[in-house]
Amino acid sequence: MTWFQKWRRGEGAQGLFLISPTLAFTLLLLAVPLVMVIVLSFWTQDYLTLHRTFSLENYRTAWTEPMYQYLMARSLKISMLVTAMTVLLAYPVAYFISFRVSPKRKAMWIFLITIPFWTSYLMRIFLWKVILGYNGVVNGSLMGLGVIEQPLSFILYNQNAVVLTLAHAWVPFAILPIFVALERVDRSLIEAAEDLGDTKWRRFLRVTLPLSMPGVIAATIIVFIPTIGDYVTPRLVGGPNGLMIANMIELQFKKANDAPLGAALAISAMIIVTCVALIFIWLNKKYIREAK
Amino acid sequence: MLRKGHIFKWYIGIFLVFLYAPAILLPVFAFNDSSIVSFPLKGFTTKWFAVLQTNETLHVAVGNSLMIAVTTALFSTLFGVLAARASTRFVFPARRSIMGFIMLPMVLPEIIIGVSLLVVIIQMGFELSLWSIILGHILICTPFCIAILSSAFMNLDQSLEEASFDLGQTRWNTFWLVIIPLVMPGIVASLLIAFTISLDEFIIAFFLAGTEPTLPVYIWGQLRFPAKLPSLMALGTILLVLSISLLLVADYFRRRGIRKTGIENTGGFL
Repeated sequence: MTWFQKWRRGEGAQGLFLISPTLAFTLLLLAVPLVMVIVLSFWTQDYLTLHRTFSLENYRTAWTEPMYQYLMARSLKISMLVTAMTVLLAYPVAYFISFRVSPKRKAMWIFLITIPFWTSYLMRIFLWKVILGYNGVVNGSLMGLGVIEQPLSFILYNQNAVVLTLAHAWVPFAILPIFVALERVDRSLIEAAEDLGDTKWRRFLRVTLPLSMPGVIAATIIVFIPTIGDYVTPRLVGGPNGLMIANMIELQFKKANDAPLGAALAISAMIIVTCVALIFIWLNKKYIREAK
Repeated sequence: MLRKGHIFKWYIGIFLVFLYAPAILLPVFAFNDSSIVSFPLKGFTTKWFAVLQTNETLHVAVGNSLMIAVTTALFSTLFGVLAARASTRFVFPARRSIMGFIMLPMVLPEIIIGVSLLVVIIQMGFELSLWSIILGHILICTPFCIAILSSAFMNLDQSLEEASFDLGQTRWNTFWLVIIPLVMPGIVASLLIAFTISLDEFIIAFFLAGTEPTLPVYIWGQLRFPAKLPSLMALGTILLVLSISLLLVADYFRRRGIRKTGIENTGGFL
């Protein structure tokens, strides 16, 4: 038997053979398109003619025009706020399910958390508009209770509404990884800390929290990166000051008909988000090392 | 100490209200006898559901969405089975990077996927059609299918496979007669999840829809018209009931699969 025949019958070749259709599909429909978007971002377009010569013009526009700078900064701020709010909301819930719910009921609780996620995406966002609106549920109940006399107008059509709605949409995605990480925390370590006289709070800060950090990091990445690409929530509940970079990308690809600029904006946004995510991961690794 | 526990329970309660608020309000407004979607409620009616029955455009959109969702479910489950089997059973070169790459659509913003597929289709000179949406949906559903199927394949006892070889079965027969029946619950769960995700997906569909709308694209178009809102609430209610039923079925199969392999149930989907 030659080495090739041996290799062909071996584990490696079989695995590669089995995975090749899925891999080929992903290469063809993810890698190739992404490369084309990158290429496109270096071309220029006026009206209907596409100039296929290399140019940095789109990136110059995307990085220097105050409008795009402003939109990008705002989108980053909103995504960070959403991520922070989502993780802060999710952690106690994940902790509750992992530490306070009996093992038999954990699956049911996880199911309970994921159900609202399966309500129609558009309907969910629209209902937040109804809840937060001028004659909405929040204003109606507060006025009915006599807490306020005039409807509050600062809760809809601004960035707060975008942050709240996005946090609602993503919170199940944050709970799951944190829950998984908490489940993996060795309970005997917590008992050991207790025996050594640590208070509940110190035990949490020095044992549980550092050990569950991988889950928090996963949650952060899972929420932070996709939220920058949402253009539906800002459009429905954001008002004029709540629009995000994805709205601009959508505009360039559709109505404004400047796909190369749209591509440059999309790639710039991805680069910035990835850098922020990497810095966050690095800071966390440092924190975990120091906690040890 | 007791007080602390109470604060915790209060927090979980308020959180659940926050989480379920839209899902609970949807049916409330669907049965509300008023053409304005707001409080106070006016009375009970089922007329908004009746309106849906005569809406031709809606029926076409539902048909398109069903076609897309069924095709997506079949293909992404097929890709999922291959990838999950490969990654759980075999050690092959660059396994981690290949799997990471295939799972990438899970964390990539959907707008990036929509935009890049749009660019390719336009540059290649193809027309946008329902098929372009199907391709996008297979791409984003496959990672979810892999996640579900991996746990099904991981729980497989390899000795069953070896026993089948010892009894003289071929690799092909072993795969169909031993492995597939054992992971069948996982496959059903994967089909249902991909179907549900595809049926509700809007961001990619909006970029890749040609002249034929899917259901979410149709809903998006109608959200601008206040007069259409109550019937949209009725539609949303039907979709909600449908999704939850599908999920309960999917979860039932997932649990059955877990029981079959004798491993403790540790959580839900995703």
